Amino acid sequence: MIFTSYEFIFFLVIVFALYYMAPKKFQWVLLLVASYTFYAYAGVKFLVYILVTTVSTYIFSSRIGKIHEEQDMYLKQNKGELSRQERKEYKEVMKSKRFRLLVICLFINFGILGVIKYTNFVIANVNSLFANLGFTRGLTFVNFAVPLGISFYTFQTMGYVIDIYRGKYKYEKNLFKLALFTSFFPQLIQGPISRFDDLKETMFSEHSFDSSNISFGVHRIIWGYFKKLVIADRLLSGVTTIVGDPATYQGVYVLLGMFFYAIQLYADFTGGIDITIGIGQIFGIRLKENFIRPFFSKSVTEYWRRWHISLGSWFRDYMFYPISVSGPMLKLSKSSRRLLGDGIGKRLPVYISSIIVWFTTGIWHGAAWNFIVWGLLNCLVILVSQELEPLYVRFHNRFDVRANFTFRLFQVVRTFWIMSFIRILDCYRDVGTTFRMYGTIFTKFNFMELFRGGLLEVGLSISDYIVLIPSVLLMLVVSLIGRRTSLRELLAERSQAVRYAAFAAIIFGIIIFGAYGIGYDSSKFIYSQF
Amino acid sequence: MEELLEILEELHPDVDFMSNERLIDDHILDSFDIITLIAEVSDEFDILIPAEEIIPENFNSAKSLYRLIEKLSDED
Repeated sequence: MIFTSYEFIFFLVIVFALYYMAPKKFQWVLLLVASYTFYAYAGVKFLVYILVTTVSTYIFSSRIGKIHEEQDMYLKQNKGELSRQERKEYKEVMKSKRFRLLVICLFINFGILGVIKYTNFVIANVNSLFANLGFTRGLTFVNFAVPLGISFYTFQTMGYVIDIYRGKYKYEKNLFKLALFTSFFPQLIQGPISRFDDLKETMFSEHSFDSSNISFGVHRIIWGYFKKLVIADRLLSGVTTIVGDPATYQGVYVLLGMFFYAIQLYADFTGGIDITIGIGQIFGIRLKENFIRPFFSKSVTEYWRRWHISLGSWFRDYMFYPISVSGPMLKLSKSSRRLLGDGIGKRLPVYISSIIVWFTTGIWHGAAWNFIVWGLLNCLVILVSQELEPLYVRFHNRFDVRANFTFRLFQVVRTFWIMSFIRILDCYRDVGTTFRMYGTIFTKFNFMELFRGGLLEVGLSISDYIVLIPSVLLMLVVSLIGRRTSLRELLAERSQAVRYAAFAAIIFGIIIFGAYGIGYDSSKFIYSQF
Repeated sequence: MEELLEILEELHPDVDFMSNERLIDDHILDSFDIITLIAEVSDEFDILIPAEEIIPENFNSAKSLYRLIEKLSDED
C-alpha cells in the first residue's frame, strides 16, 4: 500500500476519522493498530520480523534501563559510605553489564538486517572469488523477501537502545508504545529515522482537532504528492531511458541523465517526506525535517548536513563519534602524531572513522558494489576537501570572494554536479558501466545533439517538458522562499480565496499532469527499496 | 581554561572562543574539528570524553566545554 495508491488514501481518511472520534487516551493505540494493519497489508509474514525487533528492543532496553536505575539507587543510598575509587569501580562493573546487553541486542537486530539484506551479496562475492580460483560450483543463493522498511526501523530502534545505554533518557516501560515508535506507518517506508525523545511527547499525548494544524498538514501532503506525481514520476522515463541504454546514450546524455536523476530523486524523496511529515501533522505528531534545501549547499560536507539529515545524524552520533573517540582510536591518534607529525597524524584516526562510516552508509543503501563505491566516493571528496582546506584559506585570504554572489553560485553549482556525478552510481547499478559513462563525457563531444532533437529522444515528449519546466521552477521558487520564511505561513496571511485557489491549482496540477496518477502502483518511492 | 583556549585557537585562529556561544549551531566546529579537539583535550587533561557527551550543549562554547572537562575530571 504505497502512498500514491487509492487504498492508502482511503486507509488514511478512515484512520484520520477514527483518530478524532476515538477517546483521546486511545489515539496512540489506534495509530498502533493502523500501523500494524498497514504493515500486514504488505505481507503478513513480514510482521514476524518487525515483532522480533520490537520485542528484543523492549527486553534489552528495559534491562539496560533497570541497571541504570539500580546504579542510581545504590549510589544514592551509599553516598557517604563509598570512597571515590569504590564508586568508580562500581560504575565500571554496571557499565560493562549494560554494554554486554547492548552488544547482544545490536547483534540480534543488525543480525536480522544483515542476514536478510546481505546474504546474497556475500554469496555472490564468494562465488565470484571461487570462479576466479577455477572452481566450477558455487554456493546457492537464498530467497529472502526483504520486509518493508527494515533498514529504517532497525536503525531507529537501535538508536533508541544506544540512547538508553548512554542514559540519555528513561526507557519506555510500555511495550505497545515502543511498538508504535517502531512501526508508525507514515515513516515506515522511507523514514525519517526518528529519535524517541523527539517523538514521544507528541506521539503519545492527547490531541484535539486543531483545524489550522490539520490544514497545514494537508497542504504539506498535497505538495508532496505534486512533487512525486508531477515531477518525479514524469522524469522517471527520462532517467530510465538514458541509463537503460548506455551503448546509445553517452557523452552529454550522461550529464543529462545525472541532471534528471538529481531532480527526480529530490522530488521523489522530499515529496515522500512531505507526505510523511504532513500525515504526522494531521495527527498532531511532530516529525523532524529530513531536508534543508540540500541543492543550495556550497560544499559536499554541507550537502550531507542538509540531505537525508536523519540518516547522516544517525551515522554521526551512533557510529562516527563512538569510533573516533574510542580507546583504540585515541591511542592510534597519539602514536600517529608521534610517527607522522602533527598534521597528518592528527587527521589519520578521523579519516579511518570516516572511511568506515561511509562504507557502511553505502552498504546501508543496498547490498551492491555500486553503493559501496558511492559511499567511498563521497568520503573521498570530503577528505580531499579537508586536505585542501589550507589552500582554500590562502585563496580566500588573497581574494576575499566568500560573500560574492557569483562565487557562492559557483560553489552551489559545483556541489550540485559533484553530487550528481556520484549519485548516478545508483542508476547504472554497475561500477564499471558508470566509470565508462564518466569517460564518455570527456571523450564524446555531442553537446549540440541535444538541440538537434536529442532532448526529445530520451523518453520525454514536448508535453512532458511543458509540464516539467514550470513545475521544477515552482519547486525552486518554493525552496527560495523557504530560505527566508515559510510559504504556508505566507499563504496563511492571504485571504481564504487566494489560499483555496493556490491549493486547488496544485490539486488540479496533480490530477491533470501527474505522470501516472494516483493508483498507478509501479511508480514506487525510490527510497522504499533501501 | 587557558590550555583549552590554546587548543581551540590552534584549530580556528580566526574565532573568538571567549565570546562565541554557537560553535556547533553555526557550524564553526564540524565533526572533524570535534574529534581533533577531543583527542587533544583527552591528552592535555588526561580524561576520556565518551561519545554520549558529544552534544551541542557541551561544545557550543569554550565555557561549556570547560565545564564538561571539569565534570569528567571530578568523576575520574
